[in-house]
Amino acid sequence: MNGKNEIIREFEYFIGPQHPGITGNFSIKLKAKGDVILEAEARPGYLHRGFEKLMEQRHWIKNVPMVCRICVPDPDPNEVLYAMGVEELAGLEVPERAQWIRVMVLEMSRIQAHLSYLGGISGALGLYTAPQWMTGDRDYLLDRFEELTGARVYHIYTTPGGVRRDLPEGFEDRLRETLDYIEKRLTDYYRLIFDNPVFQKRTIGVGTMDPDWAIENGVTGPNLRACGIKADVRIDDPYLVYDQIEFEVPTETGCDMFSRAMIRFQEIQQSINIVRQVLDRMPKGPFLNKPGNPLMWRVPAGDVYVRVESSKGEFGYYIVSDGGVKPYRVHVRGPSMTHGIHVIETLLVGQRVADVSPIMFSLDICPPDIDR
Amino acid sequence: MAIKNFFEPFTALKHLGMKPHTIRLPYEKKVPADRVRGFHSNDLEKCIGCGNCAQICTCQAIKMVEVEDVPDGFGRTKFRPQVDYGRCSFCGQCVDVCPTGSLKLTDKIVWVTEDPFDPETGWVFIPDNKKFPYEGKGWTTSPETSLLQLERQEMPERDPEERKHDFGPVIKGFTEEAALIEASRCMGCAICMQGCPTGMYIPHYLNAIEHADYERAVDIFFINNPLPEICGTICTHRCEDACVLGIMGKPIQIRYEKGFAASQVDDYRKVLGYPEPEKKNKKVAIIGGGPGGLTAAFYLRLKGYDVTIFEALDVLGGMMKVGIPRYRLPQSVLDKEINHIIDYGVEVKYNTRVGKDVSFDELKKNYDAIYIGVGYHKGLSMGIPGEDAEGVMQAIYFLRETNLGRPPKIGKKVLVVGGGDVAMDATRTALRLGAEEVLLSYRRRIVDMPASDEEKHEAMAEGVKFLPQTLPIEIVKDEQGKVKAVRYVKTKMVPQPGGKRPKPVPIEDEVYEWDVDTVIYAIGQAPDLSFLPESWLEKLELDSRGKHIVVDENGMTSIEGVFAGGDIVNPRADVISAIADGRKAAEGIHKYLSGKE
Repeated sequence: MNGKNEIIREFEYFIGPQHPGITGNFSIKLKAKGDVILEAEARPGYLHRGFEKLMEQRHWIKNVPMVCRICVPDPDPNEVLYAMGVEELAGLEVPERAQWIRVMVLEMSRIQAHLSYLGGISGALGLYTAPQWMTGDRDYLLDRFEELTGARVYHIYTTPGGVRRDLPEGFEDRLRETLDYIEKRLTDYYRLIFDNPVFQKRTIGVGTMDPDWAIENGVTGPNLRACGIKADVRIDDPYLVYDQIEFEVPTETGCDMFSRAMIRFQEIQQSINIVRQVLDRMPKGPFLNKPGNPLMWRVPAGDVYVRVESSKGEFGYYIVSDGGVKPYRVHVRGPSMTHGIHVIETLLVGQRVADVSPIMFSLDICPPDIDR
Repeated sequence: MAIKNFFEPFTALKHLGMKPHTIRLPYEKKVPADRVRGFHSNDLEKCIGCGNCAQICTCQAIKMVEVEDVPDGFGRTKFRPQVDYGRCSFCGQCVDVCPTGSLKLTDKIVWVTEDPFDPETGWVFIPDNKKFPYEGKGWTTSPETSLLQLERQEMPERDPEERKHDFGPVIKGFTEEAALIEASRCMGCAICMQGCPTGMYIPHYLNAIEHADYERAVDIFFINNPLPEICGTICTHRCEDACVLGIMGKPIQIRYEKGFAASQVDDYRKVLGYPEPEKKNKKVAIIGGGPGGLTAAFYLRLKGYDVTIFEALDVLGGMMKVGIPRYRLPQSVLDKEINHIIDYGVEVKYNTRVGKDVSFDELKKNYDAIYIGVGYHKGLSMGIPGEDAEGVMQAIYFLRETNLGRPPKIGKKVLVVGGGDVAMDATRTALRLGAEEVLLSYRRRIVDMPASDEEKHEAMAEGVKFLPQTLPIEIVKDEQGKVKAVRYVKTKMVPQPGGKRPKPVPIEDEVYEWDVDTVIYAIGQAPDLSFLPESWLEKLELDSRGKHIVVDENGMTSIEGVFAGGDIVNPRADVISAIADGRKAAEGIHKYLSGKE
C-alpha cells in the first residue's frame, strides 16, 4: 500500500446528540467496518444540569419540584423515592391513603412510560402508525394526570409526608374509563406491533444479552426479566403497599429486543390490574402528614438508600443528611446509567448500524437520568 | 394463512368511527383540568407582601418588588411577587406557602409575546388578577393543603376553678419541646416586626430559640427591649396580630416564646457582656420608674450617662408593679429584670415625688436632660349621683393597693364598670380577694370591648358575669352611706356613618337595679401632670384632646431637654409601647447631649 490508493475499511459514525433515532440528548460514537459495528462509545453529558449538586443547596421541601426532572418519561419514581427517603430519615409517618395514591401514580406512570416506549421502538423500526397511536392514547392518561396533579408531565405531586392534593371529584370513574380504553386497545397494539413481520424480523434474536452477563453487569427491571430472570423490586423488597396487591411479574426468555418489548407490553396489563385494585381498595382518610416548616425543617442526621421498580429498572436514591435544613448529599441510582453506557456499548458490537436506534430504544435508555 | 393475511388490512376499517387523536376542524379547544397549574394570578389588594413565595421558589423565579398603588399599613408591605417565567417551573409551591391565599395558579397556559424582554409584555412581570384572571380553575391553597405550619402549641393554663382563688400565675409555661416546635413554625417573613412598637427582631430570635440557643436570643432581645421576660408574659403581642400564619391558622406564640427563652437565662449581664461604657459626665433625670423610665435608664447607662430615677412609690416597675396583678406577672420576673437594669449603676430615689419632695425646676437646673414617664395613674369617674358612697373606688387604686400588699376592703358582690384590660384585672383581682359574685358592666357589646380576647375568655372562665350594653346611672346608698345598689339602663347600638364603631345610646324608659356592695370604676385613666409648675405646663404642648404630650421623632417635648414617653405620650398605653418610647428617648437624649443632629 502506498497511501494514495488506500482502501478505507473502517468508518467512524456519530449518532446524536440530535438524531431522530436517539432517545433524548445523547450521543453514540461508532466504529464500523462496512455495516458492522466494531466498537461503540456512549457519550452522555449533553443534558447535565447538576441536579445532585443543586439539591445540596435547596431546602428539603424545595427539592420536590426538581427531582421529577431527573427522568422525563417516567418522573414519578423520582418523586416517590425522594419522599420515601426523606420520610425514612425524618421518621415521618405517611398516611395510608397517601401510600395507595402513590402506588396508583407509580403504576399510571409506568403505563404511560411503556406506551411511549412501545411507540418509540416501533418508530425506530419504521412502523409509524404505532407511535401515533401510543402517543395519542398516552395523552388520555396524561389528561388523568393533569386532573390529579395539575400537570401532564412533571407532576410534582408526591411530597415528603404524603401527596399534595387528594383525588379530585369523579376521578376514579374517569380513570377507570381510561384504563378500560387502554386495555381494549392492547389487542390492537399486539397485532400492530408484535404480529408485524417487519418487527419480528428486526427484533427477534437481535441485541441479545446473556442472563449471567446481565446480572453481572447490573441490568435490572424489564431488561433483566426479558432474560428469564424474575427480579422485581416490588416483589423482592416491597415498598408502599405493594405487598397487599396481587399482580404477576411477566418474564420472557428470548433475551433479545422482542422479549424486552414484549415484557413492557405485558406489564401494561399488569399495571392496569394494579391501578384497578388500588381504586377498589384505597382507604379514606388524610392524604398528607405535613412535614415541618418548609424553610426550617431539619431532617435528623443519617443516610438511607431507598429503591423502587421504575418502568426502566431499579431506581434508587441514596440520601445523606447531616441534620441540617438541606440534604448533605443525594445520589441517584438510575437504571439508565447501567443500560445506557456499559450495556449498550457491549450489545452494539457486532450489530448493524441500522440496529443502533432500535437497540437503544429497546433498553429504554433515558439520558437525563444518566446526566442528572 | 395466506387468506387471513389478505383480509387482515380490512380489519383496519373498524377504526373509522373512532374519535381521532389528531385535531380536526372545527377546532376543539382543550379544556384544562380543574387544578391545572398555569400562569400566576395574585390579588394585589389581598397579598400582604410577606415574600414566602420568593423564599420557597426552587427556581428563584420570584423576586419581591415594590409596587406603588397597593394598600400599605399594619401587617403588610408594599412588596409584591414578580415572576420570571423563563425560570418558573409551575410547581405551585409558592401557592402552597401563601398565607393569605391571594396567590393562585390559573388555568391559563398559553401566552404569546412578540418581545420576551419587553418590560410591559415580556415574560417577567408582576402577576395581578387582570393579566391572567383566576376564574375558579387552577391551583389554590387551603389550610388542609398549605405547607405552612398552621397549628400552634397552646400554652397550658391552670384550671379556672383552681386559679381563681390565689394570685399564682395563670399560665404554666412552655416545655422546651413545645417551645422549640412553636419557634420552628416561623417562616422568617418579618411582618411581625411591623406590629412591635419597638421593632424587636422577632424572626431572628425565633430562629435562635429554634436552635435552643437562648443566649443568642437574649442578645437579640436586648437590642431594643431590656424587659424581655416581662414582655414575654404580659405583652399585648401586636406581633401575633401581624403574624402571617394567623390569617389561615393560628399565629406563632411569639410572646411566650420570648418569655420562655428569657426564663432560660438567669444572669443576663453575664450573657450580654456589654463593655463598661466610657463616662460621659452628664446627668439625666428620669421621672417615674415604669417600663419606659427603666428602658431609658438602661440604654442611657450603656452609653455612659449618669442616670437617676425619681420614683414616687417605694417600688420600681410603675404600672407593671402596681397595675398588673401578680397572677399575670409574677414578682420573681419583675425582680429579675428590674434588678438587672439597676445593676448597671442606675441611681434610684424612692418615695420621691417630683413636685412635692423635689421640684421640677430643681431637676431642670441640676440635670442635663429629663425624661418624663409618669404614666396614667389617675382614674376617671362617671360623674353620676352617689359616687361619694363608701364602697366606690377606682380600679387603679384598687389594683395598686392590692399589689402593694394592702388590699382595700371589698364586699361580696362587686360591680366593675368598664371594658378594658384594667376592668378585667379588677374583676379577676376581686374574685381572688374573696368576692362571691363579680359583675362587669360595659356600655357596648362584648366584641367591642378593648380588652384582649384572651383576658375576656379567662375572666369568663373564672366566673365573671359580663353585662354588656348596660350603663349605670345612679349609685344608691343606704343609711350609713354605703353602696346598696346601682341603677342602670340598657343601651342599644346605633350604627354610625363613615365606618365608625356603633354608638351606645341609652334606652331611657327602662331602669333596672343591681344589688351590689362595691363599685369599681375602670372606665379609663388620665395623666397627672400636676407636678409640673404652671410656667412649664404652659410651654408643654399637648394634643388636641389634652390627654397626651406631643413629642418629636426623638421623643423630645416642646420644652428643650425634656423628653417624654409611655402612656402620657402614647395612646396605645401598653408596656411595649412604653419600652419603645423609652428606647427612642434614650437615643434622642444621647443625640441631644452629644450635640449631634
